[in-house]
Amino acid sequence: MPPRIGVVTFPGSLDDRDAARAVRFAGAEAVPLWHADTSLHDVEAVILPGGFSYGDYLRAGAIARFSPVMESVIAAANDGLPVLGICNGFQVLCEAHLLPGALQGNAARRFVCKEQLLRIENTATPWTSGYRPGQEVVIPIKNMDGCYVADERTLDELESSGRVVARYLDGNPNGSYRDIAGVCNAAGNVVGLMPHPEHAIDALTGPGTDGLGFFLSFTGVAA
Amino acid sequence: MARVVVDVVLKPEILDPQGQAIVGALRRLDINGVTDVRQGKHFELEVDDSVDEQTITRLADTLLANPVIENFTIRRG
Repeated sequence: MPPRIGVVTFPGSLDDRDAARAVRFAGAEAVPLWHADTSLHDVEAVILPGGFSYGDYLRAGAIARFSPVMESVIAAANDGLPVLGICNGFQVLCEAHLLPGALQGNAARRFVCKEQLLRIENTATPWTSGYRPGQEVVIPIKNMDGCYVADERTLDELESSGRVVARYLDGNPNGSYRDIAGVCNAAGNVVGLMPHPEHAIDALTGPGTDGLGFFLSFTGVAA
Repeated sequence: MARVVVDVVLKPEILDPQGQAIVGALRRLDINGVTDVRQGKHFELEVDDSVDEQTITRLADTLLANPVIENFTIRRG
């Protein structure tokens, strides 16, 4: 039986189908999860995809964080369920306080959409275990509110505990503090990142296959 | 019924690119002497008298503001 990975659809999600496709590319079964349904349907992991959930009114991810499905995701994440938040999903995880810090408007006040070089710095999470420590990958980034911010004490703690999962190389696309592209929680099961690994799983639809590792990392462990 | 006003602003240590853009625009308008602008959000709530202070604080702290990056003030209007 292939592992079952849930992909949440909020009103305004854009990349749920691409995330589900990436899950299938990695040999897992993609289970659609609906924002208004509290059931996680016995999935072994959850992906919160990119987009503009609930129009991103108030703050990006602020309304989605209180959706019925998130009650279950928050409880399950605290019990160790692997959760990957991509872009808007990262914003939702920060609003839910499953991850520290927050995502603010890009420093240049412009939407950014480009292929981005990253360094994978933490390969101990269920979503990055398939990468080599320090591996450099090219993964697209596309966001308006992608500037990762946190107070100095939180940033120091993230750095010293190895919880910066990925960092921007060759220029910081959105002004994120300390070039942070992704972080994880203390237990390592919850990972959020702004770049879109689901858009880098084959040469037809992306710049390469560097993003597939996020999904293969999970299926490799579960298989 | 009462009007309650909640103002939300970014914490001082958090960068405010929109505020900085406003400072830049003021200079282009030849308005000098404005050294900093911090942009925030202003909420006006019509609430029943049965809603207590604790509830107002909770809604501001959980939904209207993100306490990780923002401070808020509450006043009865």
